[in-house]
Amino acid sequence: MSKEITVHLKIWRQKNRQDSGRFEEYTLNGVSQDQSFLEMLDQLNVKLVRDGKEPVAFDSDCREGICGSCSCMINGQAHGPEKETTTCQLHMRSFNDNDTIVIEPWRARAFPVIKDLVVDRSSFDKVIASGGFVSVNTGNAPDASAVLVSKENADKAMDAAACIGCGACVASCPNASAMLFVSAKISHLALLPQGQVEAQKRANSMVKTMDEMGFGNCTNHAECEASCPKGIDLSNIARMNREYFKAKIASEE
Amino acid sequence: MSFDLDSKIPEGPIQEKWTKHKFDSKLVNPANKRKYSVIVVGTGLAGASAAASLAELGYNVKSFCYQDSPRRAHSIAAQGGINANKNYQNDGDSTWRLFYDTVKGGDYRAREANVYRLAEVSGNIIDQCVAQGVPFAREYGGYLTNRSFGGAQVSRTFYAKGQTGQQLLIGAYQSMMRQVGLGKIQMYARREILDIVVIDGKARGVIVRDLVTGDIERHVADAVILASGGYGNVYFLSTNAMGSNVGAAWKAYKKGAGFANPCFTQIHPTCIPQSGDHQAKLTLMSESLRNDGRVWVPKEKGDKRHPNDIPEEERDYYLERIYPAFGNLVPRDVASRQAKFRVDENKGVGNTGVAVYLDFAEAIKRDGRDTIAAKYGNLFEMYQRITDESPYEQPMRIYPAVHYTMGGLWVDYNLQSTIPGLHVLGEANFSDHGANRLGASALMQGLADGYFVIPYTLGHYFGKNEIKKVDTTHPEFQKSEDEVRARTKKFLGINGSRSADEFHRALGKIMWENVGMSRNEQGLKKAISDIQQLRKEFWEDLRVPGTNEELNNELEKAGRVADFLELGELMARDALTREESCGGHFREESQTPENEALRDDEKFAHSAVWEFKGENQEPVRHREELKFEHVPLTQRSYK
Ligand SMILES: Cc1cc2nc3c(=O)[nH]c(=O)nc-3n(C[C@H](O)[C@H](O)[C@H](O)COP(=O)(O)OP(=O)(O)OC[C@H]3O[C@@H](n4cnc5c(N)ncnc54)[C@H](O)[C@@H]3O)c2cc1C
Ligand code: FES
Repeated sequence: MSKEITVHLKIWRQKNRQDSGRFEEYTLNGVSQDQSFLEMLDQLNVKLVRDGKEPVAFDSDCREGICGSCSCMINGQAHGPEKETTTCQLHMRSFNDNDTIVIEPWRARAFPVIKDLVVDRSSFDKVIASGGFVSVNTGNAPDASAVLVSKENADKAMDAAACIGCGACVASCPNASAMLFVSAKISHLALLPQGQVEAQKRANSMVKTMDEMGFGNCTNHAECEASCPKGIDLSNIARMNREYFKAKIASEE
Repeated sequence: MSFDLDSKIPEGPIQEKWTKHKFDSKLVNPANKRKYSVIVVGTGLAGASAAASLAELGYNVKSFCYQDSPRRAHSIAAQGGINANKNYQNDGDSTWRLFYDTVKGGDYRAREANVYRLAEVSGNIIDQCVAQGVPFAREYGGYLTNRSFGGAQVSRTFYAKGQTGQQLLIGAYQSMMRQVGLGKIQMYARREILDIVVIDGKARGVIVRDLVTGDIERHVADAVILASGGYGNVYFLSTNAMGSNVGAAWKAYKKGAGFANPCFTQIHPTCIPQSGDHQAKLTLMSESLRNDGRVWVPKEKGDKRHPNDIPEEERDYYLERIYPAFGNLVPRDVASRQAKFRVDENKGVGNTGVAVYLDFAEAIKRDGRDTIAAKYGNLFEMYQRITDESPYEQPMRIYPAVHYTMGGLWVDYNLQSTIPGLHVLGEANFSDHGANRLGASALMQGLADGYFVIPYTLGHYFGKNEIKKVDTTHPEFQKSEDEVRARTKKFLGINGSRSADEFHRALGKIMWENVGMSRNEQGLKKAISDIQQLRKEFWEDLRVPGTNEELNNELEKAGRVADFLELGELMARDALTREESCGGHFREESQTPENEALRDDEKFAHSAVWEFKGENQEPVRHREELKFEHVPLTQRSYK
């Protein structure tokens, strides 16, 4: 049976981009351990609104761990303590009575804070727009079974394509690097015959945009892999480097 | 002004209608396409596929979504799969069978010609998605594989693990982002449409709030496409995303777009049951689970034993018992209602008694744990994360939850609403699923609308109509903007004591109890008066902290709840006037002796289309008569 607990929250409050921000503390009673983490924040917000205070702004939409809207550093960990779990899928079972929970936004140069726990991740969209696609127009496609794909490659492509674009990898990397995100897309498409044609060009332009957006370099900390709620693995980065160097060599020839 | 409900179904045999229509349609030559601009509201499967395809053709597109990125649209959450008529399994599928199943599954309340077209283009969707790099599941030989879904006896569902919606959406999103990179689409994320601007009888623009700065913007175009999704969140608890709303569609309704069959909602049979009052939304467990899971309750009323302690002979596998032909794969409305009946007779399970079991023990014994894990592993994990119970060890507990809305803005064969120039795609329109949608058919419809229908019918609209030049200084823009600002001011000025969420919860309760799985005259009348009362309280006692000039989640919610408080009443009215049962709409007064939905084709073989008549005025109910020339009207039977 579920238990009700009390939690002490230390939450980052920042009015807007310009504000310098600060932690504020709240104590919340009567939190059911069956509640999700975001339902706990909902409960806090209902209370704040009732008391005439400003509720805490945070992003969420699907609350099923798939849309990538939710974020937050929870006690210093992206998406909190559970492995391969987004903040919206985290439950209060993972906390004990009277725990103190520190909640902060993603922090990265390429993800400026908009308000409280909400950050701007549009740099990810810009990276995709620069090459994260197959150049096929509607109507161009041959029959779906005309090109065979080995089950192994289809499965690997699926694993890479499972990325939800939440930004945990960037937030947990000491360099705020986006290598895991970018490499997952490059791998997803490079593993399929449909994406092979443009593979090198894609790697080239996505890496270029990634750098322009202010993401840092990868120095093999592997924090990204550890924090990824979808278990995207580091081998994608190796695959991306291969495509990238192939592209470099090709362009020098 | 009378309401024009001409469906514009092309002449000729059903198999040739779409081909002929495309040929007869006006064309816009490539150079001229560059002169036209289109607003697309929504970046789900319908909106993203439309925006990408139109931009590829040369149109200038402006796209909007309320999330921080178009990739996060609610379509991303679809799990199970997408139907298509490929017949790769050689099990007798065809365009005709998919058409037939969809009309029958919808309980004969959809327009045949539209459904046929949907079935016809379904195969192209799979081709397109594969070409984009959607990693559909494959066999060892490299060929695509399929699974079966409710309401069909063939295996026609394509899937990408339990993340089909995500993969299809990412495919469409990437195509869209390619056009963003090429400058053909301007993307406006974190924007909410607060009004539709109609000039000289044609849809010409939108009024939008920038959700970060609070700026109110005007956007003008030559046509407007709404692909803003469904309105299931009127029930507060549903499987929809937190932000899913009816706002854009509701504003269109108020500007003259007919709203069709608002009471047709789908209650999905396999969701994780509610655990307490803190809950903000419900989580779906894909219907594909019914391929291998067996649904049961204890035979004995009030049996509180652990499910694993209840012997085989004391279990009632009621779907297999009542519907031997379809068993656990009966359509959703039937499965949901049967679960409710079991709970009503006090055979429900779990702590709350409001659930039934979905059991994988036999499948695990038959196929092995690994095979089952490969198929459903991520769903099982999700279930365990939420409930703290493992479906490998004991049956899942499931219960129906609001999931999808078949009703929506009325559209003709060209997907145009009753407002010229306003086209409506995806779940936001009412078109193809009648009174009940079959599993894996929403993704199919959204992508059919966006990739393969609107690129033709929008060209036809431009070719046929003279589109006058207007800009955002037109008085209609000013008027709309003034109204939007006044409403915002009102929300912020009430200064009452309750948050928007509290009103939303209260509305949800009224809707679920009276306009939910089972409806009757008395309950529906009560719902109408209760909603009116709640609406009054809302406008007197709402509290929205903060200002307009900032990111303000509470202000966003207030606007959405205000719309739901009006829509809920229209749904109850629609349900009240439809004195028959069909698909997801079950009127207790109209049932067979075996408690199956009993249609009244004599009186109700039509779509009800509601016309807005002004604030606090009764809306008017119009009808579009439906003709069934190819799928003969019969009482549905899945026995
Ligand atoms: C959990 C779940 C699982 C499902 N599984 C399946 C399945 O397996 N197979 C299947 O066929 N169907 C499934 N469905 C149904 C299907 O996912 C949806 O019907 C479909 O994806 C809807 O797509 P859409 O493009 O019409 O709208 P959505 O994907 O809902 O997109 C709506 C878009 O409109 C935007 N928007 C909305 N309102 C506004 C506004 N006021 N201002 C600005 N932008 C706005 C949003 O930002 C979003 O971009 C499932 C649904 C759910 C909830
Ligand atoms: S809210 Fe969608 S992933 Fe968390």
